[in-house]
Parts: sequence; structure tokens; C-alpha cells
Amino acid sequence: MRKTIYSVSLSILVAALLLFSASWSLASDDLSSFAGQKGTLRIAGGTAHIPVMKEAAKQIINFNPQIQISIAGGGSGLGIKQAGEGLVDIGNAGRKPSDDEIHNYNLQLVKWAVDGVGAVVHPKNKAQSLTNTQLQDIYSGKISNWKDVGGVDREINLYTRDEASGTREVFWKKALAKGDISAKANVVVSNGAMKTAVAGDPFAIGFVSVGNMDSSVAPVALDGVAPSPESVRSGEYKVARGLYSLTKGEPSGLAKLFLEFIVSPTGQQIVVDKGFIPVQ
Amino acid sequence: MRLPTYSVSEYLFLAAAVFSGLLAVAIFCFLFFFGLPLLQSGQLVDLLFSSWAPDKGLYGIYPMLITSLTLATVSMLISFPVSLGCSFVITSLAPVRLRRVLLAVIRVMTGIPTVVYSFAALFLLVPLMRSLVGHGTGMSILTAAPVLALVIAPTMILFFVDSFSKVSSRFTLAVDALGGSEIQKLLYVILPLAWPGIVNGVLLGFGRAMGDTMVSLMLAGNSTAAPESMTESARTLTAHIALVMAFDFDSMEFKSIFVCGLFLYILTAALMLLFRMFTVYFSERT
Repeated sequence: MRKTIYSVSLSILVAALLLFSASWSLASDDLSSFAGQKGTLRIAGGTAHIPVMKEAAKQIINFNPQIQISIAGGGSGLGIKQAGEGLVDIGNAGRKPSDDEIHNYNLQLVKWAVDGVGAVVHPKNKAQSLTNTQLQDIYSGKISNWKDVGGVDREINLYTRDEASGTREVFWKKALAKGDISAKANVVVSNGAMKTAVAGDPFAIGFVSVGNMDSSVAPVALDGVAPSPESVRSGEYKVARGLYSLTKGEPSGLAKLFLEFIVSPTGQQIVVDKGFIPVQ
Repeated sequence: MRLPTYSVSEYLFLAAAVFSGLLAVAIFCFLFFFGLPLLQSGQLVDLLFSSWAPDKGLYGIYPMLITSLTLATVSMLISFPVSLGCSFVITSLAPVRLRRVLLAVIRVMTGIPTVVYSFAALFLLVPLMRSLVGHGTGMSILTAAPVLALVIAPTMILFFVDSFSKVSSRFTLAVDALGGSEIQKLLYVILPLAWPGIVNGVLLGFGRAMGDTMVSLMLAGNSTAAPESMTESARTLTAHIALVMAFDFDSMEFKSIFVCGLFLYILTAALMLLFRMFTVYFSERT
């Protein structure tokens, strides 16, 4: 539930993470470029990215406490916009920016992970396997009771994301085949808020980034394939997208070092640890 | 024509006043200018009366307009009697020491950020509403209304207390001299004299209820369908602006939120005009 607050107030300060000293010593090779650096790095946008961003920031700050990194949510649309307008140093997006956006804002992209997006329900819900058509019918409102798909006799509570969400875009394109999302669906503002909402609502269905899934929610198998890092990596689970970080123009200073760190072996190990698929 | 001469400090204050006045006008022009593409395209009627389906080229804000007005009205209906009762207690009914404590508590309440109320309600009220209502997610207009009522109550209470204590002691002492009770004093003397202040407080409270974002964003569920009942998920104008603002930079969705801002502006301005009219009416009467 904390995540709701964080993403609503658009601010996650990582400085407190200093207290947790991770095993940075084994990674000092990739971190060595941060030695002697100083300053503040502002990151905002896609909420699927946050677990990796937080861990990377934690390791960097542990290595060099002179560096401050702030990580905010807001969704992919916000990440693209704020990076383009120079409000943040790095913007995150869970979708590829459109050609217009890249051109107008002179954006440079770094793709550092592949991520799946899967439907999730409450762990106690028995309907944990759906066909693609069933999922589309649930989201369009055609199926509105859990008993029609093997669950209890209760109304289905739909959850979706706001228009700025890259997670929503890939789910809508690839899982719902651009089908309707009922206007009656509840709208939440981040992957974290989605997870919390579904975890607290026994009759909910929502969707989150595979890297953001944990035991508080149950993934829904689509046509027999459950969303997981393994099934996304093997290509068996199709609802997947790249995770991008963007800068306005060529990255420089701390932003450049941060992006280099994310694609370094240490950074890519974080990507794996957090349940995403590395690109290197 | 000779301009009256002012001292330096008077000029400073005048500049500040002119500046804030211009700022309000500038914000209106800004919203109007950016909302113009949508207003010009002859979609005003569509905007006001159709639903929100950007995929189909529909940018109607009717569901949000209805939700905003419903939520503000319902929370007002909850908040008004409570606030009135509270201010009775604070001004006359409670022992003097308790009055001071109560007033201090109310003052503290005005400073509590709405996100704190919403956060607590998300844990306590939402699951309760889900099980009470028996369907839906527990996030609805009916869940947000009592929390919003709590948010606007301190503003109203302070306003009511203020207008009650402005009632001249000539009248209240007369009641005491006649042996009237506190309740009689409230009902027959204070209320008839202080009602314009009560109306002002209600208007301010209503304005706050219309403008609040965090409570509805976190507790009303934000669905874009026009609510058919109070127990359904719904989205207010303010939550709508907050949700759409992060979308890309020159889509029609993005432009439409300036129109939302414009409507909110006009609604609030209309409320403030009412406020002014009542004040003028009151001052002419006495």
C-alpha cells in the first residue's frame, strides 16, 4: 500500500536505503566509474522499472554516498514527457516512444531489459487459467461473473491502469488484441498500486509487469502459459515489451554513468534478480 | 486627472493585489487558450454530454462532471449537519475549557494533508465498504464521501464559529437576561443573525469538496463510466486531470484536460461570485 502513496505523490527517495549495506564490494568493478562523483540524479516514469532502479541506486549510493538519486513513478508517458522537457535526467518507459516523441524531444534510448505483462488475480481465486478470448471478454465486460470462468459466483472487479501506462499499452495490444476495456474498470496509477489493489480484493483481476509480481497475487495462465521470467524469456509467453530509459540528447554526467551501470554485468544481474530478462 | 499619492508600502500592496488579480485572469486565459482546439471543433455539447472513450475519439467529461458534483453534494450533506453541531458545541454548549481544546483540534485538522485521510481510509474504510455493499471493489462515491466530509468539515466549522461569535453580545445577553436556555439562544437569536456566515462557510466547503483531488483519486475508483449508483466506482474532474496529465504531450486526451480545468475554474468562480453576493447582501442589511 505504501507504493500507492509513493507513486501518487510521485516521489521515492532512495537515500534511506543507505542503511542497508548491500554486497557492493563484489561489484566494485562496474561501480568504479562512480568513484569521486558527486551530485543528484533524477529519475521518473515507468513504474515497472522501479525495483531495478531502486536496487541500482542502492548499490551506487552505498559505493559513493556523495551521489543522490531520486526515483519517482508516474507512468511511461510521464517518463517520456519529463525526460523530453528536461525535468528529470533519466525518464523510464515501458514502451518504445513514438517516432514523433523521439524526434520532437531528441530522445536517446537505452533498452536494458525485456519484461512480460501478465493478468493477476487474488491468490485465493480459483480461476487462475483463462483462454485469450475469456480474458478479452472479461475486460470488455462481456463476462462479468467469476462463475463463468471457473470461480465463485461473484461479480468480477476489473482493474486497469491510466492512459500514461506503458504496461497497460502492451497488455491492451498483445493480451487484449486491442479490444475494449470496460469503462467500469477501476483505474490505478502504478504497478505497485495494481498489485496492492488485487492483493486486497478477492474478486479482482488486474495486470502487472512480470518483474513486479510476487506471492501476494496469483498470475493467470493465458491459453495454458503462465507469465513468468522463464516463459517470457523462452518466448512462450507473448505479452512482452522492452524496458527503456531515455535521456534528452546524448546522456552525460551521472545519467551516462547510471545507464552504463544498468547494462554492465552487475546491472544486468540486478535485472535478472528482480525477475526481468536481461538484454546483454 | 491627478492620481492620489500613495506611500511606498501602499504601492507595494497595490502591486501585490494587481498581480494576484492578473494571475487569476492569466490562468483563465491559459486554460481557455489550450482548451480552444476542442471547444472550437464544435464539440462542446459532446464534451459536456458524452462519455470518455479516447480510443473512439470521444473526449466527453460528462461522467467526471456528474461524479464531481455528486461527490461534493453528498459529502456536503454529511458534513454540514456535523459541522453545524460541532460549532454549536464549540461556541456555546461545551464547558469553556473543552471549547478551547475542541477548537484547537479543529485547527490542527485543517492542516492534515488529505492524502493522510485517504491513506487511512484505503485500509479501514475500503474493505469495510466492500463487505457492506456486497459487490464491487469497495472504492466508490459512497466511500469517498465521508472522507471528503471529514476534509471539508474543519473549514466550515471555523467559519461557522467565527460567524456565531460575531453575533453582538447585546442580543445574547438579552436572552440570558430573559432566562432563555443556550439552545433557545442558538435557535432563535444566533442562527437567524449568523445565517449569511453559514451560507459562506457552506460555499467555501463546497468549493473545497469540488477541488479536492487526492480523496477521490485514491478512494473513488476512477472508472470512466458514468456512475449509475453511489456504490459504483467513479472519477471526478480533478482525479481525471491528475490521471490524464501524464499522457503524451499533444494528444487530444491531453488537450481535453484543459477543458476540464476550465470547467472547474468556472464552477469555482461561480461559487465565489455567489459568496460575494451574499456578503454584499448581508452588509446592506445591517
